[in-house]
Amino acid sequence: MTFLNFFISGISLGSIYAIIALGYTMVYGIAKMLNFAHGDVIMVGAYVCFYMVVRYELPPFLGVIIAMAVCTMLGIIVERLAYKPLRQAPSLAVLITAIGMSYFLQNTALLLWSSNPKVFPSIIGRGSFKLFDGELSVSHITALTIGVCLVIMAALTLFVGKTKMGKAMRACSEDKGAAQLMGINVNATISLTFAIGSGLAAVAGALLCSAYPTLMPTTGALPGIKAFTAAVFGGIGSIPGAFLGGLMLGVIEIFAKAYISSQLSDAVVFGVLIVVLLVKPAGLLGKMTQEKV
Amino acid sequence: MTMRRLINLKRVEARRIYLTYAVVIVAYVICQVMSSTKFLSSSMRGMLVPICAYMVMAVSLNLVVGILGELSLGHAGFMSVGAFSGVAAAVLLQGIIPFAPVRLAVAMIVAAIFAAAAGFIIGIPVLRLKGDYLAIVTLAFGEIIKSILNNFYLGVDSGGLHFSMLADTTRLLPGGKLIIRGPMGISGIQKIATFPAGAILLFISLMIVFNLVNSRSGRAFMAIRDDRIAAESIGLDITKYKMMAFVTSAALAGAAGALFAMNYSTIVANKFDFNTSILILVFVVLGGQGNMLGGIIAAAVLTILPEKLRGFSEYRMLLYAIVLIVMMLATNNAEIKDFISRFNPFRRKEEANS
Amino acid sequence: MKKVLVCSLLVLAMSASAFGAAFKVGGTGPLTGGAAIYGTAAMRGAQIAAEEINAMGGDIQFELRYEDDTHDAEKAVNAYNALKDWGMQVSLGSVTSKPAEATAAENFADRIFALTPSASSAAVTEGKDNVFQMCFVDPNQGSASAQYIGEKGFAKKVAVIWKNDDVYSKGIRDTFVEKAPSFGLEIVSETAFADGNDTDFSVQLTDAKEKGAELVFLPMYYQPASLILAQAQAMGYAPKWFGVDGMDGILTMEGFDKSLAEGVMLLTPFNADAKDERTQNFVKKYQEKYGEIPNQFAADGYDCVYAYYQALTQAKATPDMDAETLCQKMIEQFTTMTFNGVTGENVRWAKNGEVSKDPKGMVIKDGAYVGLD
Repeated sequence: MTFLNFFISGISLGSIYAIIALGYTMVYGIAKMLNFAHGDVIMVGAYVCFYMVVRYELPPFLGVIIAMAVCTMLGIIVERLAYKPLRQAPSLAVLITAIGMSYFLQNTALLLWSSNPKVFPSIIGRGSFKLFDGELSVSHITALTIGVCLVIMAALTLFVGKTKMGKAMRACSEDKGAAQLMGINVNATISLTFAIGSGLAAVAGALLCSAYPTLMPTTGALPGIKAFTAAVFGGIGSIPGAFLGGLMLGVIEIFAKAYISSQLSDAVVFGVLIVVLLVKPAGLLGKMTQEKV
Repeated sequence: MTMRRLINLKRVEARRIYLTYAVVIVAYVICQVMSSTKFLSSSMRGMLVPICAYMVMAVSLNLVVGILGELSLGHAGFMSVGAFSGVAAAVLLQGIIPFAPVRLAVAMIVAAIFAAAAGFIIGIPVLRLKGDYLAIVTLAFGEIIKSILNNFYLGVDSGGLHFSMLADTTRLLPGGKLIIRGPMGISGIQKIATFPAGAILLFISLMIVFNLVNSRSGRAFMAIRDDRIAAESIGLDITKYKMMAFVTSAALAGAAGALFAMNYSTIVANKFDFNTSILILVFVVLGGQGNMLGGIIAAAVLTILPEKLRGFSEYRMLLYAIVLIVMMLATNNAEIKDFISRFNPFRRKEEANS
Repeated sequence: MKKVLVCSLLVLAMSASAFGAAFKVGGTGPLTGGAAIYGTAAMRGAQIAAEEINAMGGDIQFELRYEDDTHDAEKAVNAYNALKDWGMQVSLGSVTSKPAEATAAENFADRIFALTPSASSAAVTEGKDNVFQMCFVDPNQGSASAQYIGEKGFAKKVAVIWKNDDVYSKGIRDTFVEKAPSFGLEIVSETAFADGNDTDFSVQLTDAKEKGAELVFLPMYYQPASLILAQAQAMGYAPKWFGVDGMDGILTMEGFDKSLAEGVMLLTPFNADAKDERTQNFVKKYQEKYGEIPNQFAADGYDCVYAYYQALTQAKATPDMDAETLCQKMIEQFTTMTFNGVTGENVRWAKNGEVSKDPKGMVIKDGAYVGLD
């Protein structure tokens, strides 16, 4: 039973990584860019949600919607000001700009909302489902997170697979130049990707802070890196891969803490990541692209 | 025709190398004179050694990112290995080598050896991967090194060296001394790092990197960077060359780590985290990949900048972020670059020549 | 919120200069980054004290300046050097332990006296005759906690959850674990966490629960502690909780469900609910100015400036003295004087810079501190 309980804790943690990783992987898949500011957009989303729910006493659902709207706007502005001018620049330049953006968001949050940690109100309460006479418990927030992950995954897969915009996205991801020649507005497509990714970040922020309810300007930074790891683990660019990678990373982390050493759990997690990448160099579900001569 | 262009290219390259050396030497002399005539504020004087260390870090990472063309996100890990092994060596040698500059030099060599060994071990799995996957694995190794050093204990007593993991079980004899104390790092370090030592290390690093880049191996590095498959098809041993660049880079980072650590009385593993790796990457990218002088200047500018922004009190780091973004846009956006180069007579001449 | 800060700095500088020369007091602390809350609190506490003293219009006037060190030893030395260029005469060291170790070495070399509000690791003062602490040193907190738990008979079986990459947490944990057996405590579970895996504590709590720990000792700051309390409640684990001074502040987190902290015990030198006039005045002013209840960092910062006030007055120091002269005078004063502040009565300092004051055992009842004794 302890084992199963740890497994469930791992899934809870992993579902949070997964939902953050979805945003990472989507932007990477289309724009081929590691958006290191993603974690900080999550933090902004969580703060907006916090203020809506606690200060203006709106229902949590509405809070999340407003946070999504704000983050989508933020994503569009950030993309327009900082990433779009670098469309032709080497990818490393964009990476560094994203890091600058991450510092910018963190420090803006520090000035606006102070460094005092805030306790996030759970968007659905702190109850849990009890199984086997209460031996096992799955908190509502975990169930919700996994549900939301699945919905987002399905929606993204459908959107990318079936709609015209989605087709344009895939085309950009395959070959920007050819897509342009086919009359696709590459710039607009990439901007749209950022908007969607940022909107997802707001949802991730609300769920992250509902599950682990303290909120600080640096809240997004470390989960962001973990989620990035999860996205690579599952095969970056692959939407189901991000989900699987997130869940597995969470489970591995909890098991490493429980059965190996709570002091070395990070080393174990990253060690497993390395082994997986050596066996499957493109991650669990990533596509291995063969380089052509 | 082709031959002449090649010779020309060589000349441009050589001019760039001599320019780099010249700038470093002139800057050193100016700083040294200003420092000894008390013209330099304590704030600037205090930053001389860390700036040297960061410059060496930028040069060494440039070898991997700029010359070899692989993204590394865990470079601070090597700095960390160097810092801890270097300081430990310096503590152990305290009685044996009383003359501090020699002790510092030996410590830096020890640090370079340990970091090179770490680079070799890490290089075996890392160099089989490519692109973003290689980047994430270097990030992972950086985190693993941090995690291990946070749990590592090293002590010395009359019975020799003792180490343990997770908890301090070294059981030192009376009179023994615990050097590395897990999460508490190393305390009470003798501050023997000096600005001239830093400048010498930077100079040596530049010589090593330039010699490597302009040798047969260096041309192999660039061939691999520009077209891996073509390089492989003409029989270049890719893994060997990649490993060579990676290990050299790690060794230099280790020496820089030792220099850095011995400028402060205390050091912890958490200092060398992902953020520090990123900071060094920023130096390289901002200075221009493969451009050693650019990286060196970027290291100096970005280290001094947050200090000069202190007047803005709590808006300081916000401004730093904005400046960083603007600098990246200015150096990488074609339109803005064109616009700036119009005001740069030096650049125009160069373009006319080419 | 933040604009008050700039204004207050300006006002401070002006009010100080209005009365002629003032002592230049400088300190470094994390004002940005993940640890910003501690530095900001200490700075604000010190500012209130300096304003109060300057408003009295006596001979001792302060000009206070805090520089950001982002909780990093390298940046702390930079910040210290910037303060030195400004002309700092006496120093408030650094707020957090590792940066304070680095700046303390500089203080020692430059002969600038330092009184750190809250840097509690033993290495801060070790081997330096001019560096003093306002807070308990970590090892003392560890042994005092073990003694308190043992002597009051709160529990026999104890679990410890500590932060594996934090000097403060590690320092307390080490002496606690070492001293626990001599007070009849058995450590049945010991688990750790670190930055980056500090959100989920199910493993640590399950371990403590399964090994039958009656009391869980939490040598850490209140932010992770609040997560631990919430997760323990969710899994239906209700041991006794015992914290250290870093736990102070948990009740003032915006949105915190105070019932989670019901029954949590902690050893802390400061209690914002204390009824004495000094504390009430300080808490009231802090709240008026910053809209928050001060935590122990703020209280330590406040006391530091008052301790300087007392020492400088007794030493008949004047602002035209140089740092080295003041350093000598301060060493004489601090090793002999007795100080009463918001973090303790009859506070005295040993020659090595360690403070001796009585830790107050507190328990949280109905969302407020109540004395344990």
